[in-house]
Amino acid sequence: MKDELQTILATDCGSTTTKAILIEKIGGEYRLVTRGEAPTTVEAPFEDVTRGVLNAVGEVEELTGKKILSGEKIIKSRKNDKEGVDIYISTSSAGGGLQMMVAGVVKSMTAESAARAALGAGAIVMETIASNDGRLPHQKIEIVRKLRPDMILLSGGVDGGTISHVAELAELIGAADPRPRFGMGYKLPVIYAGNKDARDVVKKILTEKADLAIVDNLRPVLERENLVPARNKIHEQFMEHVMAHAPGYKKLMAWTDVSIMPTPGAVGSLIHYLAKHEGISAMGVDIGGATTDVFSVFEDVFNRTVSANLGMSYSISNVLAETGIENITRWIPFEIDEKDLRNRIRNKMIRPTTIPQTLVELKIEQAIAREALRLAFFQHKTMAVGLKGVQQERTISDTFAQAQTGETLVDMMGLNILIGSGGALSHAPRRVQSALMLIDAFLPEGLTRLGVDSIFMMPHLGVLAEVNEDAAIEVFYKDCLVPLGYCIAPIGTAKTDGVPCIRIKSDDGEFSVNYGDMARIPLATDEKKKIIIETERGFYIGPNKERRIEMEISGGVVGIIVDARGRPFKLPAETGKRIDKLTSWLKALQVYPNT
Amino acid sequence: MAHAYTPGLKVAAGTLIRRERRLPLKGEVLVSVGDEVKGDTIVARTELPGDVQPLNLAGLLGVAPQDLDGYLLKKPGDTIKKDEIIAETKGFFGLMKTQVKSPLNGTIESISTVTGQAILRNPPSPVEVDAYIDGKVVEIYKSEGVSVETYATFIQGIFGIGGETKGIIILLVESPKDHLTVDMITPELKGNVVIGGSLVTIDVIRKAVEVGCIGIVTGGIWDYDLKELLGYDIGVAITGSEEKGITIIITEGFGEMPMADKTFRLLKKNEGKKASINGATQIRAGVMRPELIIPIVDPGNSKKSNKEIKTSKGLEIGSPIRIIREPHFGKIGKVTALPPELRVIETEAKVRILEAELENGEKVIVPRANVELIEE
Repeated sequence: MKDELQTILATDCGSTTTKAILIEKIGGEYRLVTRGEAPTTVEAPFEDVTRGVLNAVGEVEELTGKKILSGEKIIKSRKNDKEGVDIYISTSSAGGGLQMMVAGVVKSMTAESAARAALGAGAIVMETIASNDGRLPHQKIEIVRKLRPDMILLSGGVDGGTISHVAELAELIGAADPRPRFGMGYKLPVIYAGNKDARDVVKKILTEKADLAIVDNLRPVLERENLVPARNKIHEQFMEHVMAHAPGYKKLMAWTDVSIMPTPGAVGSLIHYLAKHEGISAMGVDIGGATTDVFSVFEDVFNRTVSANLGMSYSISNVLAETGIENITRWIPFEIDEKDLRNRIRNKMIRPTTIPQTLVELKIEQAIAREALRLAFFQHKTMAVGLKGVQQERTISDTFAQAQTGETLVDMMGLNILIGSGGALSHAPRRVQSALMLIDAFLPEGLTRLGVDSIFMMPHLGVLAEVNEDAAIEVFYKDCLVPLGYCIAPIGTAKTDGVPCIRIKSDDGEFSVNYGDMARIPLATDEKKKIIIETERGFYIGPNKERRIEMEISGGVVGIIVDARGRPFKLPAETGKRIDKLTSWLKALQVYPNT
Repeated sequence: MAHAYTPGLKVAAGTLIRRERRLPLKGEVLVSVGDEVKGDTIVARTELPGDVQPLNLAGLLGVAPQDLDGYLLKKPGDTIKKDEIIAETKGFFGLMKTQVKSPLNGTIESISTVTGQAILRNPPSPVEVDAYIDGKVVEIYKSEGVSVETYATFIQGIFGIGGETKGIIILLVESPKDHLTVDMITPELKGNVVIGGSLVTIDVIRKAVEVGCIGIVTGGIWDYDLKELLGYDIGVAITGSEEKGITIIITEGFGEMPMADKTFRLLKKNEGKKASINGATQIRAGVMRPELIIPIVDPGNSKKSNKEIKTSKGLEIGSPIRIIREPHFGKIGKVTALPPELRVIETEAKVRILEAELENGEKVIVPRANVELIEE
């Protein structure tokens, strides 16, 4: 079937909008044809997700002149260029996505592995409970009772290890007698992925109380994680239980040719495919209205984290609550009264679908976005770590490195590409605004390619990759990924601003940037240029502390951004100086009109 | 997108309101279809299972979990009293026994011979649901609850805190632009819902709580004051369970915001009548706004001509709108044009816009996403 695909229809049912895209094979290559959208219809008065899907597909029909719907059905046998599609696929995060609770014996070991399995499957982890998390048993029971997750993943113990701790966790879950969010009449799915010797005991405790599924241990030995069986089971249960009880999903499931994927799971698998395809390390971020997801692939290890309450509309107030007003204000290039700023943020919270009409409002929203991205990235760094509790064999030379187990895998100097997605980044009026938001939040080091998702179609391509990886990768490069260009950011600091920091030489001459400044060198998307980068003493640009790099660099819609603000990066504390600095950077990069 | 605007808040002089009153779990329904009920009539009742408490029996006895059976004096399902002995070791010739006493009155839920834990459950606690609004029972959900219907004046707010309560409406300001001040709050307002204009401050709220006033409805509030009242920054907008001794409904937004004229006029007209109010707000998919319901005792003929509030069709030329974002935040006007093509606004974003004439005659261009329809 893979080679015969001519016309592909994909939808993503988000919490507020359902987006449909049409992909076709034109002249031997897969390309995006058009996109349509409509409000999601999970809630009253419609309470049927397929209504929104039909409306979004209806918009695609209007825009292309093709006939895709016959009454209220998708025409699934492509008849000719004007009628029908070969395949229909979908992702979904409507109804709050998949909300899970995970449990494990040791918080920093099996419980953490369980959280990684759930996050990797596209879930929001509401709470992690562990035998050693310091809470009393009745407190743990209370948490399970109150949170009403969609599913629980229970792990714990290596195979052949002690069973009593896992049994105790199972008893706590059983005692809480948890009820699912949707529907009174069915049992809560619980997946057991712990010590295989404890299976019978867990079965005895939980069979009556929950819908128990058993899979291979996700940490069979301390040195190895085996997350795939648990992740697959989560997807399966998500379809069978959670989705099947959400309004209209039974119908939608019957329409799609492959299983509906949770949206973040689809975006994650696309980033993973990309890293594999190019043999690089990659990082992606999707900033939504309610949640912000970060995905990374370092050393071939894929990690995903979701910051469930960091976002730009529904969760905007939580960004304020988590980071504090000072951290938002520091990115705003003018003076603003704290009380006024607070009111503006709350007013966006209560009317989440409004958009900034004035430049002042845009600058404020982009300041908040920087903090949402920064916090989400911080959470990712602490979660994307090597396995803890593992004994490492060391040689003499390693003893000086003193690397500990459980260190973060995120290595900004080793990162090759950083991709942004979601409204705040995909729909920023100028692409350079997205580039600067990414740089300020993630602080890339050395040389890093930057990109954004053109129209937020990574979820669709993620699920398409399950069916036809080549088609998904092809459309990704041609229509989805907008190359912004490169960020060149030397490591090091100087005592004062204005001292020489970095030089970039090419056929066109030499370009130097002083410490504390930023610069933008135009280089179009289809252009390539041989350059030599040299840094002054005290600064370096490569992973091995190189001060000189020769390379061929490719361009983007923004070009090359030289960030000579130093790493670690620090904003001036004094308000006047800070505003002057921000203004000079915005001017150098032409971030806003009239600056 | 065809419907790129925010559906407005509902403000209606008379409409049919129906509210489901459900128990958190199955129980007993106490009324029948057709019964006239008052807001505080109990319509359904159940018992909530008590909290559970684990007890490490094997550990306390100093025996292996698998040997527990031999030491138990009580078994799962048994009722227990506080300090009653649940299990004991035999000791030497009946001496030096180790005993485990029950820490609570309740029942034994389970005893595990794997972990050695007993799960004890406290006695159930009663839960009652009242009718919330004066009206008539129109539907029964077997063992779960009822639906109560009434013909009422209905006002939705934009944001609120605090849960359901009922009281008499008292207007304290002359105009929707006025602030509520501390000296307006007197002991006579105990048990009442007070109506303000454009702003309520923390001092006024504190005084209102002190005199026992049960609700405040006003146009705006400073976020700064809200934080001080709650003691924390609201993260995600899910409210209703705050226990501050008062329910607050904000009709327009954060900052000083004159209450919409229509809302103010309706409240003024209903002064002295009983209202059921709820501050619970959830701004997520399935949005829930705070509300004020004033049942109309004798609706007369108007009832026949009014049905449940209809979902509006959307923006049209002439539609009354309120602008809900800077630079014209809070202003009211009428749509004069709906150009289909995208336009570039000050931020350089290309968006769908509309043209509108404000109440003062000023003509403005606004993104469609930044207006809400004024609905009835």
